[in-house]
Amino acid sequence: MTLLDVEQLRVSIATDDARLQIVDRVSYQVGEGRIFGIAGESGSGKTVSVLALMGLLPKSASVKGTARFEGNDLVSMPPARLRQVCGREIGLVFQDPLTSFHPMLSVGRQLTEHLRHHFGTSRAEARVRALALLDEVRIPDPESAFERYPHEFSGGMRQRIAIAGALMCEPRLLIADEPTTALDVTVQAGILRLIDRLRRDRALSVILITHDLGVMSALADDLAIFYGGRIVEDGRAEALLATPRHPYTRALLDALPHPETARGAPLLGIPGPPAQPGSLPSGCVFHPRCAYAVDTCRTEVPELRRIGERGLACPVDPFAG
Amino acid sequence: MSALEIRNLEVSYERRGHEPVRAVVDASVSVGRGEIVGLVGESGCGKSTLARAAVGLVRPTGGTIVLEGRELSPLDRGARSREATRLQMVFQNPYASLNPRRRIGRQIADALAILGLGSRAERPRKARELLERVGLPASAASRYPHEFSGGQRQRIAIARSLAADPSVLVLDEPLSSLDASAQAQIANLLVDLSHNFELGLLLISHDLGIVHQVADRVCVMYLGEIVEEGATDDLWARPLHPYTEALINAIPHPDGRRFMPEALPGEVPDPARPPAGCRFHPRCPLAFERCAHDHPALEEVVDRRRAACWLAADRALTRSAGTVPRAVEG
Repeated sequence: MTLLDVEQLRVSIATDDARLQIVDRVSYQVGEGRIFGIAGESGSGKTVSVLALMGLLPKSASVKGTARFEGNDLVSMPPARLRQVCGREIGLVFQDPLTSFHPMLSVGRQLTEHLRHHFGTSRAEARVRALALLDEVRIPDPESAFERYPHEFSGGMRQRIAIAGALMCEPRLLIADEPTTALDVTVQAGILRLIDRLRRDRALSVILITHDLGVMSALADDLAIFYGGRIVEDGRAEALLATPRHPYTRALLDALPHPETARGAPLLGIPGPPAQPGSLPSGCVFHPRCAYAVDTCRTEVPELRRIGERGLACPVDPFAG
Repeated sequence: MSALEIRNLEVSYERRGHEPVRAVVDASVSVGRGEIVGLVGESGCGKSTLARAAVGLVRPTGGTIVLEGRELSPLDRGARSREATRLQMVFQNPYASLNPRRRIGRQIADALAILGLGSRAERPRKARELLERVGLPASAASRYPHEFSGGQRQRIAIARSLAADPSVLVLDEPLSSLDASAQAQIANLLVDLSHNFELGLLLISHDLGIVHQVADRVCVMYLGEIVEEGATDDLWARPLHPYTEALINAIPHPDGRRFMPEALPGEVPDPARPPAGCRFHPRCPLAFERCAHDHPALEEVVDRRRAACWLAADRALTRSAGTVPRAVEG
């Protein structure tokens, strides 16, 4: 079953002298109980494509296309109704919980406020729910954690509390934007395991945004690779990471050190700077950096073709078979 | 002879009414000519403090720093001898370490001028040579930092540090603000510089993956102490300290095989109140009674492998018996 069905999403932002296309005709589905990964370098439009669904972009942004969440289109929904749907059904977790928490309010107040606002739950009931969730995300001694303040916790613990907060309204969808990027690997592993467990225990759907393909490999069921505001490749995460077909996906993977690769082998960087909104090249956005580009890549925008479970926006397809 | 030798380095911070915080405890690291030594550990383990103390940005409370056979300590920020400038530092954030309002060529020429290298007429040419050495066009000299990407800016910062003709570079997280692709390019540049110019590198990083790829030797730090040291491949194939093993097992693998990294339970303790005995024992899956009160020293366990763990000798024996495949020295 599809929980979220995004079709032809386009986001542009007006600046003083131009209209920048940040997200260009992006389509994807998030299945129930599945983890959908959005990967790409900074500036590839991965965060904007998700904030757009929730109406969290500034007024200068224009959002086109549809995003059906449980059948209702989020893009055309009136703002008040959208806030209600997002508040009740969608939980959000960001990279740095120290900036997403209010430093002067207790953990308990911040966890319960949301529930009391959206559901009118009583203070006592909200507290019971918060304590149960703090326990579920493995915060030691939930009772005392409830009374404490965000700065009293380590980065990993704060991220666990942020996840508990995102689950307070029992959402169907959790959006996690670089949830482990600010953490040490030893702590990151704990958060990855937590997200995986919550997904299984609660049949939660997750949109996971990260530049880290190792994290994707651990968690994602389905994966879309963003570049220059477009999806260049998508499909089942395992197959996509094991046998990437788009030259960009391949290049991204080749740039990474792998614990099992031979030491001393040079890493392969991608030549040239990443595509930036405002100076996007014609044709395929990746062609100026692509070793396989042919003439048509410079002029024609490649469609995302379906090849079995894989979607591929590359007519050259140098890694076919 | 090592190019850089840090011996028994101590850095403590005094606090009124409290015990001093020992941020770096009795740490010894050496870097040979043309050798890349990685220094890894979780945030807060003291690796950046060690780096800063090594170049004199933080005053050590004990220990000595020897560069090319000459003792530098006590280092003074004010007057560094010409010998001391052969030890240079590169910082994490090239946005912050370059002057935004001065042309690149000028900034490198400034470094040359401060060191009294070359005549005024020669410096611009020397600056362009340094830019080319780090893989940038000589024309970059007439441009400003904002015209470059993060990776290019890190190249510029490296070029400027090379102006002093250093024998050793200390690099504090030089890759962590960069995208994967730029990371790969800078990592390759570091390897090239080290090999082609006999430059010793002390590479501080929390990213064990990248350190594994480029470093010849690795030192692992935990709560101010170096707990393990060895040749990269050997240390990777058979970590002797349980902390090193935990760090390696926590790295995700980007290969689509659904490898779920292992978490290390607990948190890095407050360095002001380190645990008694082995500093790692409260989080160690293998800890036994002795670990709680006896502090294990960093000792050579097997040939050129040092570890600070009561079980290291046993682990070295069982692990060389073929339980873990040993990587071929490359």
